[in-house]
Amino acid sequence: MFTYVIRRLLWLPFLLLIIAFITFALGLYGPGDPVMVMLGQHANPEAVARVRHELGLDRPFLVQYADYIWKALHGDLGESLKYRGQPVGRLLGKRLIVTVQFNAVVIAVGLAVGIPLGILAALNHNNLIDYSIVALTVAGISLPIFAIAPMAMWFLAARFHLLPSGGWEGIFSRRIIMPTLVLSIGPAAVFVRQTRANMLEVLSQEYVRTARAKGLRERTVIVIHALRNALIPLFTIFGLMLGGLVGGGIITESIFGIPGIGSLVWDAFGARDYPVIMAYTLLVAVAYTLANLLVDVCYRFIDPRIRYG
Amino acid sequence: MAELINTVGENVERRWRWQKFWQRFSRNKLAVAGLVLACLMFFTGIFAPWLAPYSYTEINLDAVEQMPSLAHPLGTDELGRDQLSRIIWGARTAVIVAPTATFFGVSLGLLFGLLAGYYRGWVETVIMRLADILFAFPGILLAILIAATVQTRIETWLKGFEALEGFVKAGFAQVIVVILALSAVGWPGMARLVRGQVLSLREQQFVEAAWAIGAKPWRVITRHILPNAMAPIVVSTSMSMGGAITAEAGLSFMGIGIRPPTPSWGALIIDNYSFWRSPAAPVLLWLPALIVGATVAAFNFIGDGLNEALSPD
Repeated sequence: MFTYVIRRLLWLPFLLLIIAFITFALGLYGPGDPVMVMLGQHANPEAVARVRHELGLDRPFLVQYADYIWKALHGDLGESLKYRGQPVGRLLGKRLIVTVQFNAVVIAVGLAVGIPLGILAALNHNNLIDYSIVALTVAGISLPIFAIAPMAMWFLAARFHLLPSGGWEGIFSRRIIMPTLVLSIGPAAVFVRQTRANMLEVLSQEYVRTARAKGLRERTVIVIHALRNALIPLFTIFGLMLGGLVGGGIITESIFGIPGIGSLVWDAFGARDYPVIMAYTLLVAVAYTLANLLVDVCYRFIDPRIRYG
Repeated sequence: MAELINTVGENVERRWRWQKFWQRFSRNKLAVAGLVLACLMFFTGIFAPWLAPYSYTEINLDAVEQMPSLAHPLGTDELGRDQLSRIIWGARTAVIVAPTATFFGVSLGLLFGLLAGYYRGWVETVIMRLADILFAFPGILLAILIAATVQTRIETWLKGFEALEGFVKAGFAQVIVVILALSAVGWPGMARLVRGQVLSLREQQFVEAAWAIGAKPWRVITRHILPNAMAPIVVSTSMSMGGAITAEAGLSFMGIGIRPPTPSWGALIIDNYSFWRSPAAPVLLWLPALIVGATVAAFNFIGDGLNEALSPD
């Protein structure tokens, strides 16, 4: 177990090096020039050359890359090109807090809605309740955010003035309700689907039949014997969502005006602010890898049937 | 003679299998509905030039932001372009992009997954590590970066061939870019799935038997492993069609890849996004959004139906 974790963790630095390399290459060979964006289309060439030299953008690719890695190892992720003088680390940190709070609310709502609905569907297998829940679920998985958002905004904000259409004032403000409603549909649908499938499988197991044969109350059978086992696979999805929590939604945050990390990256992309984009990709990669590892490790404690070599 | 009987027998069996498959697939009414919807989308996309009442670029400043009427069944946008025609032409882009991107993504995933699962060793390590890297990359950002990087390159490259000049003008370069980006992001999932299947199948006795009588790797893969791994692959392919449609719309929504005037559902949504509080929102904004959702749902339903029809009871 210990060596397994170490082996997985040792892979992380290589992963980050490669991801940094790819992003760096795509950034450098991509279109658009941060200096041009900064100084405008008709800047005089001398000024452009000077700024480029100041920023070190005129050095060879590999030198820039090595320099970036060296500084990153010392905790310096560089300065944003768009917000001059702002260290990328601090910029990202500020936005990260918003994104993590918001996504935690979204996942919590998704869980609170998804698991009960999934159980309800499984217990009513193949009747009208089951079918309507399944149909709703597929609709929830299929409709992209940018399709649901305008409808929700029209009904709740424009037409009936029930809710503000977005913005951010912390998680205890009314502003969070609309984005949460729209965004939690997806996770909720995923949880319903998984809970239902797992429940159906578990309910046909022999230990559930035994529990029923013992004359236990149906509620005890469902909650104690079936549900506990049915929820184990949900853990994987939950863990991966926690990893995704850091990334935030680039589209969602821009639509609802949430000043999180997703909208930061979107702005950064528009300004070709590569230090920010680099830091973002690295952050997401670390979060994703660690979440994966955490899921695998915890799994062993939740489900003792699993062993790792 | 014996051979003839053999092929006849094989044909009969094949037909019988199809019938049984269809029987089980059609038990799922939602899956059949999805199939009908998907066919409708393909029909609309293929015959767009004949179905659309107007051209998607036809600007009519005398008929701006009109509500639905006989002349414009779904109204017009702020430049007086016919909404119905733009939706129909958008179907054509979806019909080109989604299957092509899925085809490349699935083929790459299939190839890499088979190689990794069959040969193991360093081949597996390299391929699966590559998949790991792409998984850890935020998908939409990678697609954005790839699309942005290759866009101008492909456009200038295509302009080098004079015959293709019209192609570039019609926005085909953008379509190619989006297909490239989506395939690059799409293959690792399929590779993981296929590898898992191959790993469990190669331990089976019939594969061992095939090796024992000296079958070549190619034959073992195509005759013994692939047919038995087909069910999850087919299901996942259907689901990735839906995913490709969302992703294409998402990229266009963010102004990358396919941009107006090239018609695309995602571009249509972002184009009309400023109407979100206007009374015209249901026609101009929701309709394209719902069409995207319905198409994706159709492929998901088909996937569910295939799953039930192909998995052994």
